[in-house]
Amino acid sequence: MEAVTEPSVLATLLNIGGILLAAVIFAALLTWGERRLLGFWQDRPGPNRVGPFGLLQVVADMIKLFFKEDFVPKFADIPVFILAPTIVMIAMLMGFAVLPIAPGIGVIDLNIGLLFFLAMSSMAVYSVILGGYASNNKYALLGGLRAAAQTVSYEVFMGISLMGVVMMAGTFNLREIVLAQEGGWYIVPQFFGFLVFLVAGIAESHRLPFDLPEAEHELTAGFHTEYSGMKFGMFFVGEYLSVILISGLITTLFLGGWLGPWLPPLAWFLIKTFVLVVFFVLLRAAIPRPRYDQLMDFGWKVMLPVSLINLLATAAILIS
Amino acid sequence: MQSDTLTRKQPLPTKTYALAARAFLAEIRRNANDAWYQLQDCADGFPTLWTTPGNVIALLRYLKHKIPHPFAMLYDLTAIDERLRINDYGRPQGTQKPDFTVVYQLLSVERDLFIRIKVPLTENALSLPSATALWPNANWYEREVWDLFGIAFDGHPHLRRIMMPHTWKGHPLRKDHHARATEVDPFTLSDEKQDREQEALRFRPEEWGMADHGEDSDYMFLNLGPNHPSVHGVFRVALQLDGEQIIDSVPDIGYHHRGAEKMAERQAWHSYMPYTDRIDYLGGVMNNLPYVLALEQLAGIKVPPRAQTIRVMMAELFRISSHLVFYGTFAQDVGQMSPVFYMFIDREKLFGIVEAITGGRMHPAWFRIGGVAQDLPEGWDRMVREFLDYMPARLAEYEGMVLKNKLLQKRTRGIGVYNTAEALDWGITGPGLRATGLDWDLRKRRPYSGYEQFEFDVPTANGGDCFDRCVVRVEEIRQSLRIIEQCLNNMPSGPYKSDHPLTTPPAKERTMEDIETLIQHFVNNSWGPVMPVGESCFPIEATKGLNSYHIVSDGGTTSYRTRIRTPSFPHLQMIPHISNGLMVADLIAIIASIDFVMADVDR
Repeated sequence: MEAVTEPSVLATLLNIGGILLAAVIFAALLTWGERRLLGFWQDRPGPNRVGPFGLLQVVADMIKLFFKEDFVPKFADIPVFILAPTIVMIAMLMGFAVLPIAPGIGVIDLNIGLLFFLAMSSMAVYSVILGGYASNNKYALLGGLRAAAQTVSYEVFMGISLMGVVMMAGTFNLREIVLAQEGGWYIVPQFFGFLVFLVAGIAESHRLPFDLPEAEHELTAGFHTEYSGMKFGMFFVGEYLSVILISGLITTLFLGGWLGPWLPPLAWFLIKTFVLVVFFVLLRAAIPRPRYDQLMDFGWKVMLPVSLINLLATAAILIS
Repeated sequence: MQSDTLTRKQPLPTKTYALAARAFLAEIRRNANDAWYQLQDCADGFPTLWTTPGNVIALLRYLKHKIPHPFAMLYDLTAIDERLRINDYGRPQGTQKPDFTVVYQLLSVERDLFIRIKVPLTENALSLPSATALWPNANWYEREVWDLFGIAFDGHPHLRRIMMPHTWKGHPLRKDHHARATEVDPFTLSDEKQDREQEALRFRPEEWGMADHGEDSDYMFLNLGPNHPSVHGVFRVALQLDGEQIIDSVPDIGYHHRGAEKMAERQAWHSYMPYTDRIDYLGGVMNNLPYVLALEQLAGIKVPPRAQTIRVMMAELFRISSHLVFYGTFAQDVGQMSPVFYMFIDREKLFGIVEAITGGRMHPAWFRIGGVAQDLPEGWDRMVREFLDYMPARLAEYEGMVLKNKLLQKRTRGIGVYNTAEALDWGITGPGLRATGLDWDLRKRRPYSGYEQFEFDVPTANGGDCFDRCVVRVEEIRQSLRIIEQCLNNMPSGPYKSDHPLTTPPAKERTMEDIETLIQHFVNNSWGPVMPVGESCFPIEATKGLNSYHIVSDGGTTSYRTRIRTPSFPHLQMIPHISNGLMVADLIAIIASIDFVMADVDR
C-alpha cells in the first residue's frame, strides 16, 4: 500500500465525502430495500408505487419526515432529547471512517482501527439510553433500560470474539487484517468468533430478534416512542447505518474484505456486504423475539463461554 | 307449585338434554332444602330455579360443592328489569311479581347441563349477597350487573362501574334509562364538567387496589392500553411493575361498550341480526348462530337439514378464519413478523368463499330465523373444494414456521398456566379449557344444528399454557376442515329456509289468492315477526368459547331483554391470576394466547 502514505488533500476529501454520501444513501435506500425484501418474503408487494420499483419511496418518506411537526414533548429533558438521535448518526458515520472498503478507498488507516470501531459502537448506545431517559416516558424508559443492559452485555462478547482475528492477523489495523486474509478468509479458522460477532452485531444494531429496546408488541416503540419527524428519522437511518457498518465489518474481518477473483475489489466488498445486509433482513422476517431475561441468559451463558473458548483455542494454536 | 319443565308445549332440543335435566331435578328434589327454590318453565329446557336473596348463596354453594357432579362453572350472571313485563311467563305460582330478577347460569361439565337460578328483587331492596367467594369470575359479572342495573352485591370486594364511565348517571339496562341520545337533551360539555371528567380519569393506584411502593422499592405503574399495539383492540391493563416484573395487574374494560344488549330491545327480531355479527367481529356468522337457534327454540321453528348444514359449514369456515387471525397475531405478539401475512392470505381466500356465498365478508349477517338468507350459489362446491385442497399444506408449513420454532416455544411454554379446576372456576370455555386437558366441546356434548352427524375429534392439550392454547386452536382448524369436507360431500338438498310463518313470507302466488296470507306478508314485513312469550337461551361452541343469547320475549316484535354471554369476558378477567409475577413480555404472550376481541368482551 504505497499510495496511502501520501494521499492528496483532494483525494482524501473525495474519499470522505464519497463514503459519507454513499453510506447515508445506502442506509436510506435500505429503508426501501428492507420493506421490499420483507414484502417479497411475506407474499406481498411492499412499497412499489413511487417511481420505478417504488425506489422514490425513500424520497417520499424523507419529505414526509422533514415536513412533520418537530414535536418535543413538554415533559422531556429537552436538550438531551434533541441531542440523543444525533449521537447514533454521528457515531455510526464515524465508524465508517476506519472501514477499508477497497485499496485506495477508505478514510483513514488507524492502526487501532478495530478499537476505534468498538468505541464508536459503544457511543451509539448512549443515543438509545439517553433518548429513552430524556423522553420521560415509561415505555421509553423501559426500552432504554433494556438497551443499556443488552448492549453493554453484548459489547463484551463482541470485543472478545474479535480478539481471535486480531491474534491471527497480529494487528488492529483493519486494512492489514484484510490483507492478512489473502491466504484464506478468517471465517474458517475463526468460525465461532464469526458467529459470536454476528449475534453481537445484531444485538448492537437492535435488529430483530434483538430489538427488545423498541419491542413494538411490548413497549409500543420503546426508546423512540416520543420521537417523531426527522428526529425519529435519525434513529431510523442510524439503525440502517449500523446494519451496513456491521455487515461491512463482518466482511472485513471474516470474509476477506475486498479480496476476491475476477471482479474489482470494490464490487467484492459491496457484494459481500449486501449479502450480509440481506441476511439481517431475512432474520427479521423469520425469527420471533426472545424475552429480555432469555436474551441476557443467552448472552452470558452461551455467547461469553463460546467467545472465551474461541479466544483460548486460538491462542493455544497460535502459540504451539 | 313446581311445574315439571318437561311438560311443555314446544319440542325439546333433544331427548338427552331432557334426560339430564330430569335427572338433575329428581336429585335436587331428593336432597336439597325445598325452601331454597321453586321451578319455572323455560323454552330452552334449562332447569330454572327461583330462590330468594336469603337462600341464594346456600343454594349456589350446594350446587357447586355438595351435589355430585357439581356445577363447577358460573357460566353467566346477569339481570332482567321485569317492571314493564306484561305477559305471564311461567313465573312460579305464589311468587310476587318482581321488579328485577338476577339470573345465574351454572354449567356442569360432567352432566353437560346448564341450569338457571333466578332471584327476584323488589325496587326498594336491590341488593344480594355476593358470590365472589364461590366463583372468582363473579367479580366482573356482579360489577356489570351493578353498573347496568344498579343492583348491589354485599360483600363484593370492589363494586365499581365496569362498562360505563365512572361519572355516568343512571343504569343503562334499566327500562327507564334512555336508549338513544335523541331521547334526552343535547349533549353539552361545560368547562366544569370537562374538568370533572378529566379528574375522574386520573390514575390512583389505591382505587385499583394497588400499593404504590413495596418493602424496599417504589413500584412503577405502566398503563398498557387502551391504545397499545398488542392488546387487540381497546383494552387497558394497569400494571404495577418492579423493574419489568409484574407485581399486580388490573384489566380495565368498557372502552368498546356499544350497548348491544340495549339495542336488542329496540330492534325487530330479524333486524338485530347484523348487530350480532359485530359481537365477536372475527366470528362472522358464528355470532348469528346462537341468536337464531335461541329464537327457533323459543318459537318451535324447525330448520330444514340443508339450512342446518349450510350453517355448520359457514360457521366452521368462520372458525378457521378466526383461528387464523389468532395464529398469526399470536406469532406476531411474540415478535415473529411474517406468519400473520401468510395467514391473512389464507383468510382472504376464505373471505372469497364467504363473499361468493353471502355477499359479505367479515359481517355477512346472513343467517335468518329458520334458515339462511339465500341458497348456495352455483359453483360454491368448487370454491370450497379448492380451499380444502389448499389449506392442509399451508398448515403444515406454519407448523414448522411457528409451532416448531424454538424461540416461540421458549416464550410460550410454561407461561400463563392454569389447570382444569381453575379454568372452570374462572368460567374459561373453548380452546382455553381444552388446553388444560378437559375434552369438553359443546358440539360433542350438546350437539346442535346437526353437529351430531359429523365426524370430528376434539383436540386437547395437557399443559394449559400459552403454547398449548395455540396448539389446540391449530388442531381445531384441521378438524373444521374435516367438518367442512363432510358438509361438502353430504350437502342435503331441499329448502334453505323453514316455511314457518314467523320466518318466511308466504309464497307470492298465494298472497295473490287470499287476504290472510297477504296480511301475514304485510305484518311480517312491516312490524316483523312476533315471537311467543318465553325465555330461551342457546349456548354454542363459538370460535373463542361458549357464546349464547339469552332471549326474553314478552310477546312483542322486539326482544324484552337480550343477554349476550360471550366467552372473552371471563377470559380477560383471569389475566391477573395467570400473569402476576411474570414479565411484561409474558403478559403480551398471555394476552395473545387468550384470543379475544374487545367487542366480544364489552358488547
